[in-house]
Amino acid sequence: MPETGVNPTHSKSTGLPRKRFYRARAHSNPLSDSHFPVPISPSHVDYSLHYPQFFPSSDQSDSSRKIQFADIGCGFGGLLISLSTLFPETLMIGMELRDKVTEYVKERILSLRVANPGQYQNVSVVRTNSMKYIPNHFEKGSLSKMFFLFPDPHFKEKNHRRRVISPFLLDEYAYVLEVGGIIYTITDVEELGDWMKSCLKNHPLFEPLTEKELEADPVVKLLTSATEEGQKVARNAGQTFQAVFRRIVPSDQIS
Amino acid sequence: MDEEVVTESRKETEVAPALVSVHPDGHYVAVAVGPELRVFDLIGGCAASLVDDSVDQPFHKDNIRAIRFGANGKLFVSAGDDKTLKIWSSQSWQCISTVSSEKRVTAVAISNDGLHVCFADKFGLVWVVDLNQPSRDKKPTPLLSHYCSIITSLEFSPDNRFILSADRDFKIRVTNFPNNPLNGAHQIQSFCLGHTEFVSCLAFVPAQEGPHSLLLSGSGDSTVRLWDISSGALLDTCEVAVKAGLLESNGKAEEHDHAVTNLCTTLDGLLVAVSIQSLRGIVLLRCNVSAQTLSVAKVVSIAGEAFIPTCLANNPLTRELWMVTGVSNLPGYNYPSLARVLVISGIDVEQEPVVLGDNKIPGGEKLLETLQGTASVDDNAFLVAAEAVKAAMCNLLIKKQYPSENREYRKKTRNDRKLKE
Ligand SMILES: C[S@@+](CC[C@H](N)C(=O)[O-])C[C@H]1O[C@@H](n2cnc3c(N)ncnc32)[C@H](O)[C@@H]1O
Repeated sequence: MPETGVNPTHSKSTGLPRKRFYRARAHSNPLSDSHFPVPISPSHVDYSLHYPQFFPSSDQSDSSRKIQFADIGCGFGGLLISLSTLFPETLMIGMELRDKVTEYVKERILSLRVANPGQYQNVSVVRTNSMKYIPNHFEKGSLSKMFFLFPDPHFKEKNHRRRVISPFLLDEYAYVLEVGGIIYTITDVEELGDWMKSCLKNHPLFEPLTEKELEADPVVKLLTSATEEGQKVARNAGQTFQAVFRRIVPSDQIS
Repeated sequence: MDEEVVTESRKETEVAPALVSVHPDGHYVAVAVGPELRVFDLIGGCAASLVDDSVDQPFHKDNIRAIRFGANGKLFVSAGDDKTLKIWSSQSWQCISTVSSEKRVTAVAISNDGLHVCFADKFGLVWVVDLNQPSRDKKPTPLLSHYCSIITSLEFSPDNRFILSADRDFKIRVTNFPNNPLNGAHQIQSFCLGHTEFVSCLAFVPAQEGPHSLLLSGSGDSTVRLWDISSGALLDTCEVAVKAGLLESNGKAEEHDHAVTNLCTTLDGLLVAVSIQSLRGIVLLRCNVSAQTLSVAKVVSIAGEAFIPTCLANNPLTRELWMVTGVSNLPGYNYPSLARVLVISGIDVEQEPVVLGDNKIPGGEKLLETLQGTASVDDNAFLVAAEAVKAAMCNLLIKKQYPSENREYRKKTRNDRKLKE
C-alpha cells in the first residue's frame, strides 16, 4: 500500500492509481486457468483482508455480515466505487480475471480509503475466474445483487460457451442469489444483449422486472454511467441493451 | 489456449484403469478393461454373452471409462472414450440402445427408478437420456454443467431426489433432479466443498433412521469425507492414508501417492471399503451414522502379490468385496488389456475379512478366465500397471496450476497436527 505520494504509478494530484500503469490484454480466455488462490469454500474467505474496518480480526464467527453484491468482470471497478457510497453498509466485491486490472482496482480502493477516511470500507475485489469459482466465494442465497456490465461478447458460435451469461451458469447465479435478489446485465453489443435477455427469460428461476420497478431502482441508472466501459459507450453515443431480472421461486414450487 | 479440457495430452491419459461392477442381486459380475466388456454369470457359472446387433466386437471402440448396474437390477450401462453410451438389459444382455455423445464420456449414473440414464462428457456437461423414449437411438438432452471441468463421478441420491456430480476442481454439486429432467436441472441444492484436490469418487450411506442419506467422497487429497447433502455441510474428514499408517504425518510421501481412487459401501454403509493409490489392499472405514463420524476399522492387506485395486464393488448378499486391478494398453507389455480380479469375503463388523485364493473365488477358474482373460497373469505387469494408472490419473486430474496453494495447504495441515501432539 502506498504511504506517500511518491508512488510513480499513482497520480501526484489525486493520489489515485493511474490506469495506464495497469493496462493489460484487452480480453482474457476464461477457459485457461492461471495462478490465483481459490478459497476452499465460502467460509474460507477471509473477510478481514477485504474489509478490515468491518472485520478487525480474522475471526468472523461473531459476525453475520456477508457480502451481498457481486460485480462479475468488474474491470476497473467504476460501478463498485459508485455503489460503495450509495450502500455504505452493504459489503460488495468485484470479481476480475485479469491480474493487472485486479491490482489496479485494489490500489484504487486503498487510495480512496486513505483519501476519504471511513469511506469505501465496504468494497473489495478478488482475482478469480467467476465462471468456475462462484460457489467457492458465496453461500447459497447470500447475494442480493449481481452485476454483469459490458461483458466480453465472444461473437463466434463456438465461443458462446465462454459467455459469462449462459443457461448453465445462470443455475449457479440463481444458487448464490437470495429469492428476490436481482441480476443486472447490460451491453452495447445488440446480439449479446439479445442472448443475455433470452437466457434469463427462458430460465425458470428468473423473471424480468417491470418498467415501474426499473424506474424505481436507483441502481439501474448506474448501469450506463458508472463503469469505464459504460462511459466509453456513452461518449460515443452508442446504444445499450439491458436485461434486469429477479430471482424467483419456480411456479411449480409455490405451495 | 482454447479448450483446456480437450487438449490434455492424449498419450498419457490413454491407459484406462480396469473397472468392476456387481449386479445388485449378486447375479453377475462385470469387468471392463480397455474397450472390452466381460460379464460373468455367477448363478449360471459361465460367461454371459453380450449381444449388440449394431456393431461387431468389441462393442466399444475405445477405452471404457464407466460401467454400472441400475439399482433395480434391470439395466447395465457402459460408456467411455469412443463417445458412446450403451444401455444393456442385464437379464438378456442385449444392447437396448446406443447413445452418441459429442465428447468422450467420463461418468454415468442410472436413476433409481430406472427411468433415466445420465452421463458426463469431457466438457463437464451432464446429459440425460429418457429411457421411455421409444426409439432405439435415443438422443441425450443437456441437464447441467460444471464449467470446463472434468466430472469424475455421477450419483443419484437413494431417494432419487438429487443428482450429484463431482469434479476435478474439488467440487461436489448436489442438484435437484426434476420431474421433467429434459428441461434441465436448474435448482442446485448445495455444493459440498472441502476437498483440496480432485474428487475421485462418491458413495451413499443409505438412511437408516434419519430422513437423509449421508454422502461419502474420496479425493486426491488422501481423505474420505462425510457430508450432509441437503446443506452441503462437511460432517467429518478421515485422513485415510495417515490413519491407516501409510503416510508419515510429516507428509514425506510423494505427491498424490495416496490419492483415494474408489469407495464402496458395504453392510448398508456401516463399513466403507476404500482403495488408495499405492496401497496393496484396502482400508475399511467404520461409518457411525448417528454420530456422523468416520474412523479406520482395519487395513486389509493383500499378501503375496502386487495388487493395488483400481476399482471396488460390493456383493450385498454374500458380503463379498470384489476388486479389480489392471489397465488397457500397458506400455511395454503384450497384454492389450490386463486385469486381475480378487475377492475379500467376510466383510463384517465382527468377522475377520479374508482375501480369497484363486481356488476359492466364486465362479472358480471359469470366472477368472472370463474376467481376466486368462487364469494367471505375470505379477510384474501389475506394478507397471499401477504406476501407469497413477500417472494417467495425475495427468488428467491434478491441477498443476496451483502448486503454491497446495503447498500452503499441506503446510497448514501439518502444523495443525504438530500442535495437537
Ligand atoms: C469489457 S470488460 C467490462 C468491465 C466492466 N464491467 C465495465 O463495465 O467497465 C469485461 C471484463 O470482464 C473480465 N472477465 C472476463 N471473463 C471473466 C471471468 N471468467 N471471470 C472474471 N472476470 C472476467 C475481463 O477481464 C474484463 O475486465
